[in-house]
Amino acid sequence: MSSVAVFFQHLTNGLTLGGIYALIALGYTMVYGILKFINFAHGDILMVGAYMGMFAFDFLRGDAPLGAWTFISFLLAMIFSAVFCAVLGMFIEKVAYKPLRRAARLAPLLSAIGVSFILSNGAAWMWGTQSRKLNYPFDNSPITILGISITPHQILVLIVSFAMMVALTLFVGKSRMGKAMRATSLDQDTAQLMGINVNVVISLTFAIGSALAAVGGMLIALDYKCYPTLGTMTGLKAFVAAVVGGIGNISGAMLGGILLGLVETFGVAVLGIPQGYKDTIAFVILIIILLLKPEGILGKVEKEKV
Amino acid sequence: MSFFQIILIYTCIYALMAIGQNLITGYGGMLSLCQAGFFALGSYATAILTTTYGWNFWLTLPVAVLISAICGFAIGMPTLRLKGDYLAIATLGFGEIVRNVINNWDSLTKGPMGIQKIPQAAILGFKFNPYKKTAFLIMLVVVLAICYFLFRRLARSRMGRALAAVREDEIAAASMGINTTKYKVSAFILGASVAGIAGSFQAVYILSVTPGTYTFMVSIMVLCMVVLGGMGNFLACILGAFIIQFISYFPQLTGLTNVIPAQAKQIIFGLILVVMMIWRPQGIMGREKFDYSGEKRKKGAKDATRN
Repeated sequence: MSSVAVFFQHLTNGLTLGGIYALIALGYTMVYGILKFINFAHGDILMVGAYMGMFAFDFLRGDAPLGAWTFISFLLAMIFSAVFCAVLGMFIEKVAYKPLRRAARLAPLLSAIGVSFILSNGAAWMWGTQSRKLNYPFDNSPITILGISITPHQILVLIVSFAMMVALTLFVGKSRMGKAMRATSLDQDTAQLMGINVNVVISLTFAIGSALAAVGGMLIALDYKCYPTLGTMTGLKAFVAAVVGGIGNISGAMLGGILLGLVETFGVAVLGIPQGYKDTIAFVILIIILLLKPEGILGKVEKEKV
Repeated sequence: MSFFQIILIYTCIYALMAIGQNLITGYGGMLSLCQAGFFALGSYATAILTTTYGWNFWLTLPVAVLISAICGFAIGMPTLRLKGDYLAIATLGFGEIVRNVINNWDSLTKGPMGIQKIPQAAILGFKFNPYKKTAFLIMLVVVLAICYFLFRRLARSRMGRALAAVREDEIAAASMGINTTKYKVSAFILGASVAGIAGSFQAVYILSVTPGTYTFMVSIMVLCMVVLGGMGNFLACILGAFIIQFISYFPQLTGLTNVIPAQAKQIIFGLILVVMMIWRPQGIMGREKFDYSGEKRKKGAKDATRN
């Protein structure tokens, strides 16, 4: 392969990985934008989404051979898992975060860590610690396009993640509810005075974020299988992506996710960082970004007021 | 009885970490999630120095403290400028980096295999054999008592008051002339050092170290202890450590290991965090009350003037 083809090969791989990170990062950034706290349990919702998708897909597919029906049932499973996680996300918000909305800053954070622990260990209890395979709904042998080898899975990831991002941008930017979300994120009290039902907005934020996480979780599980701690590292990296892009900023999360995917892929492939240290890259980036530009690439500098 | 002694030994080891966490989180109001990282540094410092270089255990203690303190400074200095949530993630990241490095630096740490055959701790020829638990337990209780009184004195000194002020309102504290960075970093360094001590004792108790011991789970357990006992109260941290260890070893203690699933304790830890935050954020014992004048508080008119 020529060096240009190699470059585009890594670019494709990086974009795919980054697309998934971006999907998950969106959930962190949306919740942070409105409630100003990190939803630590987001990564574990992703894991639940992967499991639910797997169960639904296996149920719908039955013994059918690969074909159009398996692909349709995979999409149906994705919708089911997204709805399930949306409800789960709203439920968690009502039970564990809502009572703490006016509490000290540390309280919801600790509560979220607790929820994350309950989810991941509850999953290990119910479904066992061994990893389970989420089968590809299509023949996943690579296709070569213009000298770049790309798997149907990567194509699916690219299409789904970018479609989701466009849909979310349109929703937040153009719809009435999106306007309410932006208003709540700017100033919760004033938004309430303007007749916006803040509770509905917050529930919706959790629902959308969790649904995106479920989709991201299924896309990851296709490559990495389902296991109870699937969400931990992925969730952390997606959070790093959200911070790098500027937390609270939706386009920032997308940019950060894609950037992180690219840096990880190129870091291992081009800079020769050993595979064992791959997970470290994200945290080093996080610490560097926090030092140089704590508000993130697209974030706004917030002046602290007394 | 034997399992009860194990619970007490682990209570002591974890209480050391909880004391450090309490200084950082309870007094300073900074959510640090890397006690496991400092714990690992302490353990590996002792393990490597005693096995590869043949040092005496007691000589490795100051090294473990020093390494943890330096790392505490290195991670604290840049990240403590961050607000609570960012700090939590940055410290979490640091804990993961430590584990990642330990797992991959084969020539020094022997990677995932870990280091075995760590010599037992001894004073003047008397060996603290971890299998004869009583002597080992007494040694730990002494160490814990020393650390407890040192930290309690510290928290009641100028530093403790400064930290409390920073926790309540950083800007107000800074405008009163408190060097906020200095106190925050000091709290972080001290919290890290005491976790390093805990790590050293963990190494001579188990007599082997493997990276699997120092997961994020440890940091969460320590956090649970502080939250459960009561943030800002050192005695409460020890109580919290005991309760958490009791829950951890409850299946072994009662012989119900076949009935109770292995994940039950982690689920309980998670529930403890959520439930405590909602219904009793101050913990079982609550925050320690300060009495700045040093006199006994009297009822009546004096109280009114004081406030």
